[in-house]
Amino acid sequence: MKTESRLEKVLASGNLAVTSECGPPRGAVPEKVKEKAELLRGAVDGINVTDNQTAVVRMSSLAACILIAQMGLDPILQMVTRDRNRLAMQSDILGAYAHGIHTMLCLSGDHPQFGDHPMAANVYDLDSIQLIQVVRAMRDEGKFQGGDDILNPPKMFIGAAANPFADPFELRVARLAKKVKAGVDFIQTQCIYNLDKFERWMEGVRDRGLHEQVYILAGITPMKSAGMAKYMKNRVPGMDVPDEVVKRLSGVPKEKQAEEGIRMAVEDMQRLKEVEGVSGFHIMAIEWEQKVPEIVERAGLLPRPVV
Amino acid sequence: MITAERKPLEEILALIEPYDRILLVGCNECVTVCAAGGRKEVALLSSALQMARMKEGKTLDTVETTLERQCDPEYVEELVASIDRADAVLSMACGCGVQEVAKRFKEKPVFPAVNTKFMGASERQGVWAERCQGCGDCLLGLTGGICPIARCSKRLLNGPCGGSSNGKCEINPDVDCAWQLIWDRLKALGLESRYEDIAPPKDWRTSRDGGPRRIIREDLAS
Repeated sequence: MKTESRLEKVLASGNLAVTSECGPPRGAVPEKVKEKAELLRGAVDGINVTDNQTAVVRMSSLAACILIAQMGLDPILQMVTRDRNRLAMQSDILGAYAHGIHTMLCLSGDHPQFGDHPMAANVYDLDSIQLIQVVRAMRDEGKFQGGDDILNPPKMFIGAAANPFADPFELRVARLAKKVKAGVDFIQTQCIYNLDKFERWMEGVRDRGLHEQVYILAGITPMKSAGMAKYMKNRVPGMDVPDEVVKRLSGVPKEKQAEEGIRMAVEDMQRLKEVEGVSGFHIMAIEWEQKVPEIVERAGLLPRPVV
Repeated sequence: MITAERKPLEEILALIEPYDRILLVGCNECVTVCAAGGRKEVALLSSALQMARMKEGKTLDTVETTLERQCDPEYVEELVASIDRADAVLSMACGCGVQEVAKRFKEKPVFPAVNTKFMGASERQGVWAERCQGCGDCLLGLTGGICPIARCSKRLLNGPCGGSSNGKCEINPDVDCAWQLIWDRLKALGLESRYEDIAPPKDWRTSRDGGPRRIIREDLAS
């Protein structure tokens, strides 16, 4: 075992892992963090805490992770390279580890143009692949990026994202290979609606044996309505929502669309469980955390293993 | 070249508001090529400023001149002949030119008439695009001749990010995804395998992060 991460232990035990996520509040409201996290207790092996998601200012991921760790739950520190340089990121990683946080996710982050401070400076001292390298060197070599030794190096289980649906498709397996080479331990994918395309990507992943070097958690976001499906299809960059998804949701009365969305998510999970190389699920129920335990249960993944 | 765009007339008028005699100085180099501050633009701005003043029932004396290279002290020296005929200087050169004039004539206020934009190239008639950020450690040899620092919105050295869609950047469908361009070019060169070489964290000291930069050529320095 490389770390004390609960997620690592679950994955190493051979069980399908389940993670979910919480977006911190847009204010100094610790109760909101705790409320959301409490909804996930017992249903997941790790809770991603987003880092100024969609480039909108929120409570820091690190602070919210500490609150969640204090509840006896397992936060996953998301870190984007957009807002801070390598000094700030490494110091936050030390701080996180000092607070008992053992799992993190390395991302580049959405461009500031999409957020509430489009006028902000765009840092990008590192990119996500370089951040993976930095966190791995901190853990395995006990070194800061600048080369100095670390006193009690932080041992982080290192995650990253992968979007099998972005362009160019032919590059998407190569990009995963690059993250593996950089030292990533687990991957959470973009929300999967186009299962055929995801399976094609996984074929490419298996052809190169990458599924044996990294744990891949399939991204699931239940649709709340046909409107949400249309929005994700047309407005969200890098998202692949096939027409059939929109059609199926539109085919049921409005008040039943949410239930239909959950049913579709569960069906997708059942199919994805059979895909060789899928090691678990990352359920992103956007402002719908209360539904996560039900989805996990209906997918046959409760109770969560004790490790 | 260094590209620039003229400031809005109202902003320029506000800058020179207290002055009645202006030395308007263009530059024959980059700002001429990108049609922002050459001889022609100097003449146009001069008449526009005079007309605006006339509308307010006031006058403005302008002396127009365009230097060969405003970032070069040798040419800036030519302004000695006309500087006394002006209360202030309005420069249509890039920021380098404006600062050279300010350095040479310490007693004269100097104002910029253009916004200096970027180092770029002409894409087609009337369109210029950014190509270089002057990072001081060129990596174009590794990226198929396309710069991710200048042309990727997140300056990712190991791109593309998840926002690349049909060859375009997520921030704007008019912006090419630099990493799509890099990938296409590497493929055309038969160098796809290069893509999987990880670019390590960059040493930004050679860029602006290391402080203001200078080049000293011992063989040429006097």
